Amino acid sequence: MEILIYGLINSVSLALMALGFTLVYGVSRLPNFAHGSLYVTVGFITWLLLNRLGLPYPVAMLISLGLIALVGAATYNFILVRIRGMAISEIIASYAIGLAILEGLRWGGLKGTTLTLPVFAQGSVDILGVTVDFHRLLVILLGALLVGGLWLFVNHTKLGLALKGMAQDERAALTLGIDSDRMAVFSMALGAVMAGLAALVLLPLGNIVVESGYHVLIMAVAVCIVGGLGSWTGAVLAAFIIGFAQILTTAWMGPHFQVVVALLAIIVTLISRPSGLFGRQKELEERV
Amino acid sequence: MEAVMQSRRKERVDRGIKVRTDGVYAVSSWREITYLVAPRLLLIGGLVFLPLMFSAVPYWQKVLSIICIYSLLAISFDFLAHFVGLVSLGGALYIGIGAYTAALLNTHLGLPPILTIPLATILGGGICTLLLWPCLPLRGVYFAIVSLMFPLLAARVIEALDIFGGTDGILGVAGLPNKWVEMYVLLGAVLIILFGLRRLVNEDVGLVFRGVKDNDQAVKASGINIITFKALGVFIASAMGCLGGAMLSHLYMWAGISQFALDFSIIPIAATVVGGGGTLAGPVLGCLLLVPISELLRDFGTLRIAVYAVILCAFIVFKSEGLMVYGSRKYQQFERWVQI
Repeated sequence: MEILIYGLINSVSLALMALGFTLVYGVSRLPNFAHGSLYVTVGFITWLLLNRLGLPYPVAMLISLGLIALVGAATYNFILVRIRGMAISEIIASYAIGLAILEGLRWGGLKGTTLTLPVFAQGSVDILGVTVDFHRLLVILLGALLVGGLWLFVNHTKLGLALKGMAQDERAALTLGIDSDRMAVFSMALGAVMAGLAALVLLPLGNIVVESGYHVLIMAVAVCIVGGLGSWTGAVLAAFIIGFAQILTTAWMGPHFQVVVALLAIIVTLISRPSGLFGRQKELEERV
Repeated sequence: MEAVMQSRRKERVDRGIKVRTDGVYAVSSWREITYLVAPRLLLIGGLVFLPLMFSAVPYWQKVLSIICIYSLLAISFDFLAHFVGLVSLGGALYIGIGAYTAALLNTHLGLPPILTIPLATILGGGICTLLLWPCLPLRGVYFAIVSLMFPLLAARVIEALDIFGGTDGILGVAGLPNKWVEMYVLLGAVLIILFGLRRLVNEDVGLVFRGVKDNDQAVKASGINIITFKALGVFIASAMGCLGGAMLSHLYMWAGISQFALDFSIIPIAATVVGGGGTLAGPVLGCLLLVPISELLRDFGTLRIAVYAVILCAFIVFKSEGLMVYGSRKYQQFERWVQI
């Protein structure tokens, strides 16, 4: 029972971490390796607004989400757009941006002191003999809301449909009057907001540390690859597979192996089935 | 609107001396010989005399050894990325495996450094190739991501299973006889590998390598097994990295998890981008510039990684050809404005 509940929580957290990454990749074919750093940045900005400026918690969250959307859009608009289409340069440049932000943060603010965000709700509840605190339950709820909201947005709004069109065929979308660069900027901003939302929901459970940026990046990449790059259903499903696998290994073998599970999942998936569970790329394009 | 717009464009023309020395008449005058040999002698002479110049400051001599180790990695990255078409973001794997192999051979079998270093180079290259073998059919982004994961995985496995000394690493590795040996072995290795690889990529094997990079389907259609050639490329590159790792473990008399760290993956890539990819000499130039900067920034802790990342980003976006390509263009060509 414990495994079931904590596995569920872990899976939803993984899905939250991965959604932004898979969104950006799905729309603009851009592996955004700065994803983890955006995640940590949101936590840090919120902490600053909360503790230095004394803003109320919801206001601080909204402002930091707005700021991170700007950061995401700016990285695309000023840096990444110049190397669009050169896959390797994209990876290296976005990874470098992420490193610059993370290591800059480590040097600038996140050294020595431990920063934490307050949880949304205190207290805990017993579910079938397992004690779960309210915040973790909220994580499940918010995760489900977010996935549902994203689905609605993509399938039932004009902007969302434009994004979907871009994801399916960029040239065809262009002929139908969808500005691909603007959409890519928008998807990057949206991806940053998703990373921010994940941070706001998950960071109160732990400390704001630089390492979590790398952790989130690895997890997001793992989930997206196992699920198939750019496929959202695949990402959610893969989040559940990896999430439960991690909890099971923790229960049986010890917490050291948690990350090993994710990395092994990536390697096994890439070797046996590079497109992932729900990948839409053609086999020929990615392997010989 | 009568005035005709005067438009000009910049034209690049090869210098006469370049055209003459390209052909069979290369050795017709001292001037032409100098033109050909000067850049190469500058590099060789510079590398040979650098340790002597810094003999008063042993600290910077140590830095020079580190520069050489990074250069080996950077050359291997450049070779693999621009000549075989495999972008390996995990150079730390090669360093780590080389370091651990050398340390284990030294402490468990008691072999002296003169045996462990070549053995670790060959064995380590073999181990890396075997590890990466299943990933070789992948290409592009997919290979890059897997290779990025390998060093992380290796460090975690060592930590989790508590093998090879666990988090403490392997202590008591024998040191090298003296600092001159360690510097000149490394410098010699860098120079030999640099010029050797430049030869190699122009041989038949190099041609197949580039074929694999540009159009692997065509190579396959010609009846050549591309996996074998990719494996050969990975073996050459990882053996170079392992040589660096083996030297590193003897240099610090220690092998540990930190040799799988991010620095070894990111600095060679930055050096290659700064120096100019596809030139093989460019990465060495990049390392000569970047590693001292990193040493000067050591007081600022991890900020130096941030500085690197910013330099890397700036170069990849604004000057993606790199210093070496820029330099050799200036050396071989002149520019002039022409009316059109």
